[in-house]
Amino acid sequence: MSEIAEKVKAIIIDKLGVEASEVTPEASFTNDLGADSLDTVELIMEFEKEFNVSIPDDQAENIQTVGQAVSYLEEHAK
Amino acid sequence: MSSIRRVVVTGLGAITPIGSTVPAYWEGLKNGVSGAAPITRFPAAKFKTRFACEVKDYNPDTYFDRKEGRKMDLFTQFAVIAADEAIADAGLLEGVDKDRVGVIWGSGIGGLRSLQEECFQFERGDGTPRYSPFFIPRMIADSSSGNISIKNGFRGPNFVTTSACASSNDALIAAFNNIRLGLADAIVTGGSEAAITESGVGGFNALKAMSERNDDPASASRPYDKDRDGFVLGEGAGALVLEEYEHAKARGAKMYAEVIGGGMSSDAYHITAPDPSGSGVVLVMQNALRDAGIKPEDVDYINTHGTSTPLGDGAEIKAIETVFGAHATALNISSTKSMTGHLLGGAGGIEAVACIFAMQNSLVPPTINLHTPDPEINQALNFTPNVAQAREVNIAMSNTFGFGGHNTSVIFRKLDH
Repeated sequence: MSEIAEKVKAIIIDKLGVEASEVTPEASFTNDLGADSLDTVELIMEFEKEFNVSIPDDQAENIQTVGQAVSYLEEHAK
Repeated sequence: MSSIRRVVVTGLGAITPIGSTVPAYWEGLKNGVSGAAPITRFPAAKFKTRFACEVKDYNPDTYFDRKEGRKMDLFTQFAVIAADEAIADAGLLEGVDKDRVGVIWGSGIGGLRSLQEECFQFERGDGTPRYSPFFIPRMIADSSSGNISIKNGFRGPNFVTTSACASSNDALIAAFNNIRLGLADAIVTGGSEAAITESGVGGFNALKAMSERNDDPASASRPYDKDRDGFVLGEGAGALVLEEYEHAKARGAKMYAEVIGGGMSSDAYHITAPDPSGSGVVLVMQNALRDAGIKPEDVDYINTHGTSTPLGDGAEIKAIETVFGAHATALNISSTKSMTGHLLGGAGGIEAVACIFAMQNSLVPPTINLHTPDPEINQALNFTPNVAQAREVNIAMSNTFGFGGHNTSVIFRKLDH
């Protein structure tokens, strides 16, 4: 797993209070990991902070799963 | 309006600096335990006051899963914990129509810690706003009543009262009135506060309202003592389930006491200083007695506001002498803030619990640290100094007053009386 994927996973475990085994690439924040709309906003903010990126709202809407977050950040992280 | 409905107390909850459950709190009260100790919630070395009455050994993980706890300010965590105890005590989760159960909570300040932390974080950054989506829902005072209702599915009236240190009693009175008026069958009420933060302590220090007795925290809250120098900041929550009498009877609920009257008034004098004439406090106790339909002589015990400030303590006692006349010296009076510190908007909640346990146990909790009576205060009154006193308490009055000049007084009666 890439360093970015590791960090993304750690943030999700911390913020959503889920087990590491649940954080699979296909896992959806809202459908599988128990996030509500505010949790999702917080996750995006944490990604922005951790990876020093700014994720526009229209792109944040497309980040629904763990895998989508990792791909986006691998592409955009500085 | 339907005929006046009676309101009884069917559940109690408390998380306080001298005990984190109702039984532990009562043990502390009857044994005269002080909850004051050096501040652990933040580095206080540079503050004028470096001690407070904190809830001891508090760990949110004991009560909440981590994700749930993180979304609540400490004052809301305390609210939910005390409410849970009261709700379980009353057996309110089964066999009641939850559309007829409300939550009316009191908090003077709300999520001060959340506000402060979020502002600190912004200030440390580069100007990019990275506010947490949980910031506002953690901070707003009504997140306490909101969280209690969400957790338990109570869909009746739901709001928070804010009147500084009178907030809990205003919540109690609002709950009492809502039930009396037939707008709900049961209401979870009380109040909580968690303001032992840099801004809370710094702010109250600036008002010169808090004791600075750093060399001896346990004796710092000393209402009616000549050497008192201000209040001691406390934190925690007190909760009560109020319920319509017939409703409680029909479901076989245990009844601790009846709420028979509530009074409210305003000093209309100064934003922080109490009116030295005590006229607003006279008015509030008269209003409460009238609402309860009782005479001053019927009251056995007054749990006073008595915060240990030089001005406030004397004004309240003068007012008691005015309202109760010759009966003033026959009353038991105590300020349990001498033990718990001042829970601000949570004070009325835990003090209501103290009044009810005094009735249940025929034992009046003491005013501790009263060793050098203030000659300016009429010492013919019985302040229940230092040691609890056995006394049958049929009717108890609980006073709280808040910055802004808000005065509140609630009266409880023993049920078999």
